[in-house]
Formats: sequence, C-alpha cells, structure tokens
Amino acid sequence: MRTIAIIGASLAGLRSAQALRQQGFDGRLVVIGDEIHLPYDRPPLSKDFLLGKVEAVPLADQEDLDALDAEWQLGIQATGLLSTQEIALSDGSTVEADGVVIATGGIPRTISNTHVLRTLDDAVKLRDALAGAQHLGVIGAGFIGAEIASSARALGKEVTVVEALPTPLTRVLGAEMGAACGQLHGDHGSTLITGINVDSVNVDGVINLADGRKVDADVVVAGIGTRPATDWLVGGPVKVANGVVCDAGGVTNAKNIVAVGDVANCAGHRAEHWTSATEQAQVATRNLLAGETVATHTNGGYVWSDQYGVRIQFIGRATDDVRVEDGSIEDRKFVATYRDGADKEDVVGIIAMSNARLFTRLRRNLK
Amino acid sequence: MIRVCALMDLPPGEAVRIVGPHAPIAVFNADDVLYAIDDTCTHQEASLSEGWLEGCFVECPLHAASFDLRTGEPTCLPAKRSVKTHPVVVKDGVVYVDVEVNKDVA
Repeated sequence: MRTIAIIGASLAGLRSAQALRQQGFDGRLVVIGDEIHLPYDRPPLSKDFLLGKVEAVPLADQEDLDALDAEWQLGIQATGLLSTQEIALSDGSTVEADGVVIATGGIPRTISNTHVLRTLDDAVKLRDALAGAQHLGVIGAGFIGAEIASSARALGKEVTVVEALPTPLTRVLGAEMGAACGQLHGDHGSTLITGINVDSVNVDGVINLADGRKVDADVVVAGIGTRPATDWLVGGPVKVANGVVCDAGGVTNAKNIVAVGDVANCAGHRAEHWTSATEQAQVATRNLLAGETVATHTNGGYVWSDQYGVRIQFIGRATDDVRVEDGSIEDRKFVATYRDGADKEDVVGIIAMSNARLFTRLRRNLK
Repeated sequence: MIRVCALMDLPPGEAVRIVGPHAPIAVFNADDVLYAIDDTCTHQEASLSEGWLEGCFVECPLHAASFDLRTGEPTCLPAKRSVKTHPVVVKDGVVYVDVEVNKDVA
C-alpha cells in the first residue's frame, strides 16, 4: 500500500496512525478530521476541563506528530466514499488511497436549547455557559451526564439530573449497581429525578417534564447517547447499519477499508469506549496491511468514570446476579462481581467504586 | 530517607503507597526485589500502587499503561513520560525510601 487515509482525527484515528507506523507502514498517511484541533483526549472534558484545571489534553505531542509523518487535513469533513479508493472532502477536493481507516466516531443526540458534550468546542461552550449559571439541568444520568453534574456541583452550582429510566445506567450496570451510582448524586447535593421523559427545554433553560413538572434550570446539557457518524457513507460502497458493518477484525465488506472506534459495528457490537477504540486500532490496522482478517478483537467492555470523588470501574457484562465481594455500597467503596454461566457461578463482569486495586486483581481472572 | 513499613508487611506481589510532603510514592515488592517509583501515572490521575504487578513491570489500573519499575520508563501507550524512581533500602527489617530525588520538583 502506498497511501492510507484515516477519516477521523480523534483517539481511534490517531491510534490507527500510530499502529500503522509501528507495523512498518512507510507510505503516505493522510489524516482527515472535521474538528480543527489536533487529537486531544475527550474524557477530561467533562471533568477537569469543566473545572478549569486543565485545558485541552493533547493525545500526541510534537515529537509524536513528527514521528508519524502524516498529512493532517483538519477542519475538513469527509463527505463520501466515491469508490473504495477515493474520498470526497468538504472543501471540494478528493483523496485517493489504497487503504482507508474509518474513525469518524459518534454524534451526540440532541434536544433543542441544550448543550452537548462531545468535542472540545462543545466543552468550551458549556464551560462558558456554566460560569454564568446558577442551576444546571442535566438530561440523562449516564456516565457523561453524571460527570458533568459532578463537575457543576464542584463549581458550586445547583444541579438537577433528569433520567428517563427508573434507575440510571440500568442497561450498562444492571438495576442494583445503577441505583448505587445514582445515589452519588444525592450524596453530593444534586437532585436526581428518574423515570420521566423530557418534553422540551425552553430557550431560558426551563425543562418541561412529560408529567407537567418543570425544572427551573438556566443552562441545560443533554447526555442522552450518540449515534454513529455514518451519514457521509450512505449510498457508498461500505455497508452501514448502526455503524460501519465490519467483522471482529474491523474489516468492512471492502478488504481495503477498516473501521475503528465508536463508529465501528464489529461483529454485531458497537462499543463507545476509550479502551476499545485503542485496542481496535491495533487489530484493524494489522488486518488492513495484511489485506485480510488475520486478527480479531474481543471487546472487554472496560469503562471507567470519575464522579463526585468516586472512581467507578466496570468490565465485562452485567447480570441480575451481582455480589458485593469487598467493601459496601453504603460506603461507596466496594467491588462486586456479576455471575452467570452454566453453573451460575462464573464471573462475567466486575464493578468497583474506588477500589482500583481489587478491581485490577479480579479483572485478571475474568474469562 | 523515610520509613515505609516493615519488610514483613510488604510481601512479594504487594505494594504500598506513601504520602507526605513529597509526591506520592509507590513501593513494590517484585519477587523479593523492592522498587520505589512515583505513584501517579504520567498519563492520567491514577495510583500505580493499585496496579497490576508482573515481574518488574506495573500496569496502571486505569488505562493499562505499563512502567518498568527499574527505570520508571513506560513500556507502552497511553503513558509517554517516565515516572521517577527512588532508591529503596532495607535495614533491620524495615523498608526505607530515599525521596531526595523528589525535592527539586516539590
């Protein structure tokens, strides 16, 4: 291969570029990113960035960038795949490449008159809005919503979190552990309202709930999930269905095109996780260079979240049979295992609050 | 030199974290060889003393960056920068760490 184009210049795209060079690819490397920024780390945006403790955290320093020897086309969107070897760009130009890595990530779902938090620019807007706010409304009590709520509390704001599910994070952590995470809001002076949909948000920030109640917020942020950024691929040569359809090695229906990160629907599973994006980049680029699937990636399902001074770590999958192995939920410091399997005793998932040590130890034994 | 703990309280495979006026330090017993490094991962806020010890390498519990305890150098991404290493001595069954190296960055 002489030219490889990477569409998407965030974590998955950067790690793909690095992996290609590590594996000896010495051809032309073009990285196209719709944000004007060089790759930065997104997780701090909801935490230390909102608190003003850090500015953008680069994922690569100048030395790394020099070593990559890539052509960065930033602030430019890919608008379509004209063929499996030609990409159309928003500035009217095209890029020809023998190999393509699709790493366009996800697009946050939105509600009118709310902020979202995905990009650095989003975070700057939210941070500026928070500075003048008294009461932050957060729609969605998932990890990102909870982290923003936590940061706003630390900034001294009144915070109300509205969650459509009866218990936050049920789909990820199960009801019992979702409830445990939800309790952190109350512990730290945020109000959590569950089991209710949001009808609309007024331009002044008042949230209208489906049952007629109102939340008198003045700034509102929605953390209600993302959809894969595949609009630009519709009608093109690559199959799209809840993300870019690829095998467990990240290879699409075209062998010279792979997908990584939030946009990749690998063997029927789309992960939106930092760690999986990194791991997928290693595997998919190897397959790209090999011209076929020689390696596959199993998503471990590892996620972490820092909120209200508590570190939550989760790996694997949640089941209804969850057992606290150490510490206690009441102390907000514990490790619990999820059980399943033929004898219902196999550990298939682990969750910890503020006990990284035991979590790390147990995850080693996870099948 | 500061006192860490009794050697018997730091069996092989274990680690302790010490705090004080210096940056937090993690002391490891890697198969009966003791190492001390700065405890905070150079990638993001996480305690290496809570990490996974394998041979003379420790893996960060948050993002799986790995450090060589002998040199403090990261062996893989996402960490890029080394952690500081500190001399460890055992005297009369007690573990001590030399934190002098840390003074200039305190």
